[in-house]
Amino acid sequence: MSSYSITAPSSRQKWIAGTFVILYALITITPLVWIIATGFKSGPDSISYPPKVLFQPRLEGYVNLFTTRTRANAEDLAAMPPPETWYEQVVRDNGMVIAGPSRFGERFLNSVIIGFGSTFLSVFLGTLAAYAFSRFKIPLKDDLLFFILSTRMMPPIAVAIPIFLMFRTLGLSDTHLGMILLYTAVNISLAVWLLKGFIDEIPREYEEAALIDGYTRFQAFYKVVLPQAATGIASTAIFCLIFAWNEYAFAVLLTSGTAQTAPPFIPTIIGVGGKDWPAVAAGATLFLLPVMVFTILLRKHLLRGITFGAVRK
Amino acid sequence: MLNSLPERVAKVTPLAAARRIRGLSDRTIAWIFVGPTIFLLLAINIFPLLWTIRLSLTNYRANQPNRPLQWVGLDNYRRILNDPDIWNTMQVTAHFLIWTIVLQVLIGFTLAWLINRKFKGSDLWTTIIVLPMMLSPAVVGNFWTFFYQPQIGIFNYVVAFFAGADPSSFTMIGSVDLAPWSIVIVDTWMWTPFVMLICLAGLRSIPSYIYEAAAIDRASSWRQFWTITIPMVMPFLMLAVLFRGIENFKMFDLVVQLTGGGPGSITELTSINLKREAFEKWRTGYASAYAIILFVTVFGLASIYVKALNKVKER
Repeated sequence: MSSYSITAPSSRQKWIAGTFVILYALITITPLVWIIATGFKSGPDSISYPPKVLFQPRLEGYVNLFTTRTRANAEDLAAMPPPETWYEQVVRDNGMVIAGPSRFGERFLNSVIIGFGSTFLSVFLGTLAAYAFSRFKIPLKDDLLFFILSTRMMPPIAVAIPIFLMFRTLGLSDTHLGMILLYTAVNISLAVWLLKGFIDEIPREYEEAALIDGYTRFQAFYKVVLPQAATGIASTAIFCLIFAWNEYAFAVLLTSGTAQTAPPFIPTIIGVGGKDWPAVAAGATLFLLPVMVFTILLRKHLLRGITFGAVRK
Repeated sequence: MLNSLPERVAKVTPLAAARRIRGLSDRTIAWIFVGPTIFLLLAINIFPLLWTIRLSLTNYRANQPNRPLQWVGLDNYRRILNDPDIWNTMQVTAHFLIWTIVLQVLIGFTLAWLINRKFKGSDLWTTIIVLPMMLSPAVVGNFWTFFYQPQIGIFNYVVAFFAGADPSSFTMIGSVDLAPWSIVIVDTWMWTPFVMLICLAGLRSIPSYIYEAAAIDRASSWRQFWTITIPMVMPFLMLAVLFRGIENFKMFDLVVQLTGGGPGSITELTSINLKREAFEKWRTGYASAYAIILFVTVFGLASIYVKALNKVKER
């Protein structure tokens, strides 16, 4: 007890705390590691008993993800010219031939288009609204801000009924534009609340100085405030992107073909004769990895984003 | 209210300030900046909500748009509140809500408390723990059905290994007893980090001089925990519970992929039940009334809760 301190934990305390936290982290990360690993397993390896931890890595899952295949019998396979590409080889090793590309590429692209489109719109509109809420006297400001937040409380299925009918009437069902507008409306509450917090933190003196120097309010906004808010805008954009990327309820109810995004599609991936888990895992890996990378990049702003700016570190 | 927004802005913004600036006046800019957001929310949130209220008073069916529309008044509401199936899904939802919140608060707070010991590498491990929360619930939920499979599923295998049972002797998703827990487990796995992060912010907001003062007064660390740590973290914890409560009341994607509400309707949460009514049975009017009841419930409960939260904050 020589260096007794009440506020700093002792090294033994730290050691015990660290052990428990690391243990929890390892358990919690296992399912994710398992998904990534399953993507590199062969079909039989993925469903072996006991579950295989060590295995020969294969690209079968990824090839199956991007192709549709049909079974071919041995004589036909032998009669065929030798495969031209490595992925044809992978498919033929399993006694099958490639019938064509799968839908995964399109669905992934839809996710990208709708995700980025709605993110751009919600951040653009959100920045303008947040600036106005932060700097101008707006009547009923608190009520308007609460109204914006409350739109987030509705269960998506509840709003989906009239939106389904509305989109059907306007011809927006299963279109990229419809989904972009819808996701923008869903995300804008987050964008306004987060960005208002970020803009509130920029001292007003900067703009006032610019105004006195003869800038118009508009110039002051985009030459002074916008550069200052760049980090905030970037992290808000990533949060909007992640929410749009992960959204499932609206996507499954309102899209079926042309504008279907990846989340409703990935669970429906099946192989020849049953669920093709390596292919599902490959699709899940490609879909989840970007978000994992973004999460790591965003870790300083994470808390703020998930609580709508209510908790700032 | 909203039509008069520009006029009100005009009244409030000082004229002198507006005159000083060349170009657009502040009131015009405020209107231009806020307008599109409000318009979008009115078009895609409020208008649909009003439409839902209108539909809820009819017997409309979206799969038969040409059928003559009949006004049924509050009939749909009366039928829903007397429907034992709906009370059943409410019970399922309440069970899900209570257990996920209890588990996530307990585990999340403990983790935050441990991480706050600031051991070496705590930032790295915190980031790893946070990962599941950011991922697509539908895609991850779908994969958990693989983990839950008897024999080949890693979850069953590990549980059986430690319990010394046969991995094929139980099935999480297919069994009436275990299915409700299968969704609680996955939700807890996914969202504990959320509660943890908020608790961590709460713990870090406590200034160390309070503990120093308590130690000088010879308060035991047990006493410090209950009289300083818990009360100071309480507002944060309550905020976390509010967020998780609202989110899990709306829960759809994760559970629909995991169990689809089954077996039977053992895990049929309100959102899943609502989806069946609206998009499988196509009882649009009935489902609209159901949606309104759910919305009013969330909104009412959240408002009461926020009042309580503000009281705790004031203390």
